[in-house]
Amino acid sequence: MKTENQRGWLFVLPVLLLVAFNALIPLMTVVNYSVQETFGNNQFFWHGLGWFEDILRSERFHAALGRQLFFTFTILAIEIPLGVIIALAMPRKGFWVPVCLVLMALPMLIPWNVVGSMWNIFTLPEIGLLGYFLNDVLGVNYDMTQQPVAAWITIIVMDVWHWTSLVVLLAYAGLVSIPDAYYQAAKIDGASNWSVFRYIQLPKMKRVLTIAILLRFMDSFNIYTEPFTLTGGGPGNSTTLLSIDLVKIALGQFDLGPAAAMSLIYFAITLAVSWLFYTLMTKDEQ
Amino acid sequence: MAEIRLKSLRHSYLPSPKAAEDYALKEINLAWDDGGAYALLGPSGCGKTTLLNIISGLLTPSEGRILFDDTDVTDLPPDQRNIAQVFQFPVIYDTMTVYDNLAFPLRNRGVDEAQVDARVREIAVMLELEDSLRTRASHLTPDSKQKISMGRGLVRDDVNVIMFDEPLTVIDPELKWKLRSKLKELHQKIAVTMIYVTHDQTEALTFADQVVVMQDGEIVQIGTPVELFERPQHTFVGHFIGSPGMNILPCEVAQNAAWFHGCNIPLEGPIKSKDGRTEIGVRPEFVIMDDNGCIPGTVRKAADIGRHAVVEVMVGNTQVSAITDGPVPERGDDVYLRFDPEQTRLYTDGWIATERALP
Repeated sequence: MKTENQRGWLFVLPVLLLVAFNALIPLMTVVNYSVQETFGNNQFFWHGLGWFEDILRSERFHAALGRQLFFTFTILAIEIPLGVIIALAMPRKGFWVPVCLVLMALPMLIPWNVVGSMWNIFTLPEIGLLGYFLNDVLGVNYDMTQQPVAAWITIIVMDVWHWTSLVVLLAYAGLVSIPDAYYQAAKIDGASNWSVFRYIQLPKMKRVLTIAILLRFMDSFNIYTEPFTLTGGGPGNSTTLLSIDLVKIALGQFDLGPAAAMSLIYFAITLAVSWLFYTLMTKDEQ
Repeated sequence: MAEIRLKSLRHSYLPSPKAAEDYALKEINLAWDDGGAYALLGPSGCGKTTLLNIISGLLTPSEGRILFDDTDVTDLPPDQRNIAQVFQFPVIYDTMTVYDNLAFPLRNRGVDEAQVDARVREIAVMLELEDSLRTRASHLTPDSKQKISMGRGLVRDDVNVIMFDEPLTVIDPELKWKLRSKLKELHQKIAVTMIYVTHDQTEALTFADQVVVMQDGEIVQIGTPVELFERPQHTFVGHFIGSPGMNILPCEVAQNAAWFHGCNIPLEGPIKSKDGRTEIGVRPEFVIMDDNGCIPGTVRKAADIGRHAVVEVMVGNTQVSAITDGPVPERGDDVYLRFDPEQTRLYTDGWIATERALP
């Protein structure tokens, strides 16, 4: 009889425990809160799917989700093409390659709350370099603490500044992996620059761009620290994204049940969109 | 279609080359006749790919001119030279079907669709790809992909030359043979000039009418496969072509005769020059082991490879290979060698130094 070697499980066990304690068990606590009602005194009552219904019907949630989707799709629509264009413009050989790579990596090395604070100070009308320049030199009335449009422009520009590099680096990695022979063959075949991009570079970048879009989608959809330190969700509620709203409900109002239900819905949306996108993009590879 | 002439070509990858070693190509003068099948043969790094890229226009030579018929194309980009090139690794456009891949070079040149269709179908039949025209090219096997790269060259009816840069490197051995005969067949059918770069002598000798042998950026010999085999102009050619290669044996020249280990070695004809390093060159096929031999040796190894046996004999410290159809000696046997005078030549400093005696 053939005996299976089961010792492999011993190697997996530590990881399993680690994941259990830092992800599965906390998630289960959230699931637990999401189906209960509490009136304090550590007393809990069964509430069924009531909180989920409330959240899905709440206008506040719809508004926050709308803002979140707008933010995510705007930054994707800017960062992906911009990242590809920068990657195409970067040198492939020589002295400037490491210089460009390091410059590109710099914004990503800065801690997220520092990025938020930097852009906050940078754009304040009285003391910020950009704020002062816009208001007092160009005469544009620009104040993100007062104007929703200014606040939106600032968080989008900040995100583009912070994260386009990721797309650039991934796209660049895809580009440099294309053998020279492809470009030479295209030259001989008389292909235009557009054809080279469309039929050689884009197909070869498809995999890395899929990853880039996925990462940027997940990161931007769950973004919290940078907009929170920059605008705190304001002025008013104009830049209150899903995560900021969630923290307000959970920690501001201490409504554990609705907050838990909202986190699970939030998580489900992220998961569903990522899964759908990845499945569609890799469909014709089988 | 055109005759291709290379005039005093030199190329260096360095910005300001000085010494001869700085050049990847040293002074190439060459003419390729219209419709010929040529092979560029040489070891890795001898400059054959550089030469090919200069002809196709992917590289601009440091010095010299390239003429297609009487037109100077030295400064023209690849797409204006009407050439085609097949690379070592199959280049296909992954997202396109086989049909679109073949049509690509024509569509880029604005050929009308009816003509594109006719041409693509004709070439597909020629390459036996007609059943997979609608398949995505990325789903094919390496040999079919390589056929597509060839097809993209063949599909244009105005090509001056099709160049192959070691095109069979990634193909399975049994398919290599098929693809090679396909290529030969295509050449006979469409009679366009083809230049085939390889380091594999079998590929070069079976494909080409004329083989150009290169070493260290220089052309060593141009000739038919038979000429290269029978009368190498340089010891490098003798050694590089043939399996095993030509025996190159250091010898002394005295009284207008060659001497090897005390034996007078009769040569194919009179000696033209005897200055410099002198060596005898004789192919293993023409080394005879019998009692009439003068040169004493000891068998080091004998390998029966079917139709004949390859015997390695040590003469002093020099190894001599012999191919024999007769009885195979044992390891350690003492034998006497002689060389077929018709096929025995003298080389000085690597270059041939005997004249063939007139019959």
